[in-house]
Amino acid sequence: MNYFEFPLEDITNDFVNNWLLPTLSGFFDQISVILRSFVDAVTNVLTSTPAEVIAILLIALAWWISGKGVALFALIGMLYLGSVDLWTESMQTLAIVIVSTIISVLIGIPVGILSATNSVIDKTVRPILDFMQTLPIFVYLIPAILLFGLGGVPAVIATFVFAVPPAVRMTSLGIKQVPGEVVEASRAYGSTPRQLLIKVQLPLALPTIMAGVNQTIMLALSMAVVASMIGAPGLGSIVLTGISQVNVGLGLTGGLAIVVLAIVLDRITQGITNKVK
Amino acid sequence: MNKIEVKNLTKIFGSHPQQGLKRLKNGESKDEILDKTGMTVGVNQANFSVKPGEIFVIMGLSGSGKSTLIRLINRLIEPTDGEISIDGESITRMDKNQLIEVRRKKLAMVFQKFGLLPHRTVLNNVAYGLELQGTDKQERENLAAKTIEDVGLKGYENSYPSELSGGMQQRVGLARALTNDSDILLMDEAFSALDPIIRKEMQDELIRLQSKLNKTVLFITHDLDEALKLGDRIAIMKDGQIVQIGTSEEILENPANTYVSNFVRDVDRSKVLNASHVMKKPEVLVTYKAGVRVAVRKMEEVGASSIFVVDKDQNFKGLLTIDDAIRAHKEQLPMEDVLIDNVQVITPDTLLNDMVGLAVEAKYPIAVVADGKLCGIVSRVSILSGLVLGKEREEVMQ
Repeated sequence: MNYFEFPLEDITNDFVNNWLLPTLSGFFDQISVILRSFVDAVTNVLTSTPAEVIAILLIALAWWISGKGVALFALIGMLYLGSVDLWTESMQTLAIVIVSTIISVLIGIPVGILSATNSVIDKTVRPILDFMQTLPIFVYLIPAILLFGLGGVPAVIATFVFAVPPAVRMTSLGIKQVPGEVVEASRAYGSTPRQLLIKVQLPLALPTIMAGVNQTIMLALSMAVVASMIGAPGLGSIVLTGISQVNVGLGLTGGLAIVVLAIVLDRITQGITNKVK
Repeated sequence: MNKIEVKNLTKIFGSHPQQGLKRLKNGESKDEILDKTGMTVGVNQANFSVKPGEIFVIMGLSGSGKSTLIRLINRLIEPTDGEISIDGESITRMDKNQLIEVRRKKLAMVFQKFGLLPHRTVLNNVAYGLELQGTDKQERENLAAKTIEDVGLKGYENSYPSELSGGMQQRVGLARALTNDSDILLMDEAFSALDPIIRKEMQDELIRLQSKLNKTVLFITHDLDEALKLGDRIAIMKDGQIVQIGTSEEILENPANTYVSNFVRDVDRSKVLNASHVMKKPEVLVTYKAGVRVAVRKMEEVGASSIFVVDKDQNFKGLLTIDDAIRAHKEQLPMEDVLIDNVQVITPDTLLNDMVGLAVEAKYPIAVVADGKLCGIVSRVSILSGLVLGKEREEVMQ
């Protein structure tokens, strides 16, 4: 099948080494600095606050939004995280999840809105999202390291790439699903496109958008182990140690902690979704 | 001046509407254009005008282009060709901001599926139009509350649309349209989704509100009975074209073509025709002054057993029967004493339908009285012929 030679490897390396890094390294460094301070700030807040305070806040939030059952589960889960001595690691993972979710939402929702209202943008964005979701994670870990070094920052970037698609897709879907006659009525009464978006489309799309945010959080959490491979601290590195030492117990302990975080976060965000409905 | 003026309005859906327009102007039909180019002619060179304060009904079956037509008026759908003006101002040439302004101030729309915002209360739905205009919250809520009361929904201000029945939801839709205080109401099959009884109620409500507020109404429907009931004038659409425009009588009595006559064949004429259509000029009349003797002679001349009596200003006084007239003549009584003055009278707009019951019981012709004056008489025969004749006339045409 090799009718002609296609040196993609050389081209890419040439592009990255001779153009991308020299030209844009300053730009990436700046992003890196901003993100690092963001990640550090969130991590600091979470790790320096007494565990009990965070646990109580989280349980109260779970109770208020999703009811007693979820609150009880959160209580048991928090006790577990403490008793296996993984509280700090959990908070480090949570920090990366929070930061990458915030970035995903800040970028994903506006892009979703644009692609719902503009078919050119929609056609451009969709293949990019497909690419992001299907490209093996490890492939973009390499440039992430190259551009952002090791640690929390490339982890946030890689997590963002993996977790942003549902935010975009569900926002777009939610807006497209707003009934045509409602949009038509709003236009008939003289709404500007902006009024239509703010007063009609976004409020009606909110449950779907929240479902997208929920998925983003879940995907971000599922990246914890991969993120630890490029030096992000947290529960992922516990699992990674378990793997490298063939330590089943350690792997399970860390893995269960991730599951606990996932379930608590999922139930709380689902509760929010149900509330806005 | 006409409130709405539409000239050569055309809409072609498809990839090359201008090409389709050329074909249309060369006289190709909707079907030919669809076959050759795959484009759909929504509205085909429609011309009509709506007068201020008029209820103008556009009637057609589904696919006739009527819903497209009404959306062209406020440019929810962009016209391919033609001209629309409202109050003499061209809608078609407006830029986006002017168009938004016109939609806010002049055109209010009511939708078949209501188009209410599900996340807003009745009050906030009704106030929506004013909210878009930036009206102060307190003021718009006061105005909204007032129209909610007008349409009979007081007490439901804080309900959500999903908590209301269809009829009530459409009342909200109507209130929303009225709150804007636009001169023109665009009503797209506004009552089609409602049960028959609720629909009739809403039709009556519209007529009541219209006579009170004197709005110009452009009403779309697929229901001929509704068109005949509401419309001051009716335009009948077929395949995107307007095939006839006229009052309900004109359309019933002189259908423009077989399409229209097929359409109106099954109309319940008794609900459309009224006394003024079937009454005859009262030829046999007598005044007080003429006296009983003249009355008897007149009855004799036409072979009638009764005669209507008016005063010199044609004010209706009553009915004189031949028996009473002869008795009065013999006993030298004045005409007033033998006059039957409590006879059944009707007004010119009494529907045939409501006259049938009267006709069964009436021993004498029924007097049609407007403002105290006798303007016609209706006999049992003319009621029955009014019901039957129209149909036969159509059958003859075919």
